[in-house]
Amino acid sequence: MKLMWFHLMPYTELPEDFRQKHPSVWVDIHSTLFDPKRAHHMYNDFMDELEYAADCGFDAICVNEHHSNGYGLMPSPNLIASALARRTTQVPICVMGNSLALYNPPTRVAEEFAMLDVISGGRLIAGFPVGTPMDTCFAYGQNPSMLRERYLEAHDLVLRAWTEKDTFAFNGRYNQQRYVNIWPRPVQQPHPPIWIPGGGSVETWQWCAQMDYVYCYLSYYGYKAGKATMDGFWAEMARLGKDRNPYRAGFAQVVAVAESRQQALDLYTEPAEYFFNRCLHIDPRFAAPAGYSTEATQRAGLESQVRKAANAQTLIQGDKTNRGMTTQDFVDRGYVVIGSPDEVLEQLNALADDLHVGHLMLLMQFGNMGKELTQYNTRIFAETVMPRLRTRFAEWEDRWWPQPMAAAEQAALPAFSPKLAAE
Amino acid sequence: MSGPEVSTVDINGFPTRIWRKGSGAPLGFLAGFGGLPRWVPFLDRLAERRTVIVPSLPGFPGGDRGHTVLDTHLDWVLAVRQVIQAAGLHGADLAGSSVGASMAAEMAALWPESVRHLALIAPFGLFEESDPPTDPWAQRADAVPGLMCADPDVWKALKAMPEGANSIEWPIEQTRANEAAARIFWPLGNTRLEKRLPLVKAPTLLLWGSEDRVMPQSYAARIAARLGGPNETVLIEGAGHLAELDRPDKVADAILSWVG
Repeated sequence: MKLMWFHLMPYTELPEDFRQKHPSVWVDIHSTLFDPKRAHHMYNDFMDELEYAADCGFDAICVNEHHSNGYGLMPSPNLIASALARRTTQVPICVMGNSLALYNPPTRVAEEFAMLDVISGGRLIAGFPVGTPMDTCFAYGQNPSMLRERYLEAHDLVLRAWTEKDTFAFNGRYNQQRYVNIWPRPVQQPHPPIWIPGGGSVETWQWCAQMDYVYCYLSYYGYKAGKATMDGFWAEMARLGKDRNPYRAGFAQVVAVAESRQQALDLYTEPAEYFFNRCLHIDPRFAAPAGYSTEATQRAGLESQVRKAANAQTLIQGDKTNRGMTTQDFVDRGYVVIGSPDEVLEQLNALADDLHVGHLMLLMQFGNMGKELTQYNTRIFAETVMPRLRTRFAEWEDRWWPQPMAAAEQAALPAFSPKLAAE
Repeated sequence: MSGPEVSTVDINGFPTRIWRKGSGAPLGFLAGFGGLPRWVPFLDRLAERRTVIVPSLPGFPGGDRGHTVLDTHLDWVLAVRQVIQAAGLHGADLAGSSVGASMAAEMAALWPESVRHLALIAPFGLFEESDPPTDPWAQRADAVPGLMCADPDVWKALKAMPEGANSIEWPIEQTRANEAAARIFWPLGNTRLEKRLPLVKAPTLLLWGSEDRVMPQSYAARIAARLGGPNETVLIEGAGHLAELDRPDKVADAILSWVG
């Protein structure tokens, strides 16, 4: 099992009465809540934490893209990934990802991902999300009725831009370019591994199967709520005649470890409440613009109340809207995997059994956790839990993992020593 | 209230519904946001004096998934032009509401000979930064009825699933109508219709609900000032954005007396 360390980069100083005074953490969150000088420290702490996770031996470090979002300060995850590429040497960097339909022309993504792959020596995992309605339709003004078609076409264009040897013209429905010829070209051939974060749509599963991409379910609501979706995914793989290689899938999970369960509750209750009650305080009016969900997905949702219950948007509109959540809610429901190392191991083994997911993306900084606590959580997990999970799914080959340049071929990074300049 | 005669025409490969009722000179009606999933009293009032002809627009109820092949505004106006011709409405009087009014105005601007008299109920198509329309897509489902009609129950009755309807397909059709409107008007509703209004030479009646919570009433004067032909504006008291649903008699009377 691959254990990947995922940072959302939340703004950590939203006011205590945020839920009461503000309608949404996303789209129309008020600018006066953002203090750039405080955010300077947040960004630098967050990047320290990602680098620390790499030093602790996590299999990959992950970043993602959000817009106008108080819990995700990475409109451009590529900027962060670029800095990480220079401060780490071996760890794969998972950009989860770039919302293809938002880039005009989409060859911008082909270029920037190729740059990251070249700078990092072939360590990039290229994530291609459609993007949430909040990011794409509202913050970026994309038409929900055309978003998926634009996304799929942009994907085709990026793939051709990476793989075709000669300059070509792209005559698409939404994109027309006379001269497509990106420089640089990716190190990984024919291209970096492609992973697709998505909700529970059947079309996405089918497309991932057809293209042989990794499907990632990035819910914040944990493995119990995620089971219905992953069951649906594996049932669809079986129907399509695909093997049950767990590395076809990824899943995000909030994890909080300490020496004992009580200590974990003492340390992590506040940041967990901050995350679920402030960071995920999203105005439901932005959750489901008409056309964002395909009619097939709407049909599946209307036909299956089980799947509907597991849908993150339903959760947004459900119990969180009218009341805050308590520790009991997110512990009992498995939103947060929390406890002593043994207890966390047991829950993550249950997750692996239930979801059959080979790529586990761990949210180990969440809410307003500071650097010290984040690094504690990261280290204790790396030392006490990770070694006992690594062997899970050892019988399967991960065909979707980066293939970096050999260490001997890679550039030597100079040690970072800012004091020299002052001397 | 008896139903209309129903026929189907092919628009870009999609079966498209046309309702027809009454006798006398034809009068077309293009429905507003949400379309018409069922026949409404307003159309009966029109049918008392004219042959009222109601073609569905692509993607709206009765318009199948016709919106899915329309990518640009040119695609849309050409599709609506085809609908108008297939419905036998070329050269007839034409009324429209909301999104349908925007398309009716386009027809009169681009093919002036195709519209005799024009009646527009709170058309989409304009955006004024200092007085923006309400975003009809960024809404909780329970806020929509009170946004579209002065009396929310009027909208709820329009959209309520009839006995025996397919419980899966009915809600999907209603969502599709909102998607089709988004496909034309996302994100601001600004199709630059304002630039084409001077091309409208047909005598034009502008109708606005006094309680329209979607399109600002100030847009009536903006539109009137730019229209290229004679025009009048009538405020419908007690009506919301879809004034013809809130006040069917008043709106029908105003339209019928305008078209003569």
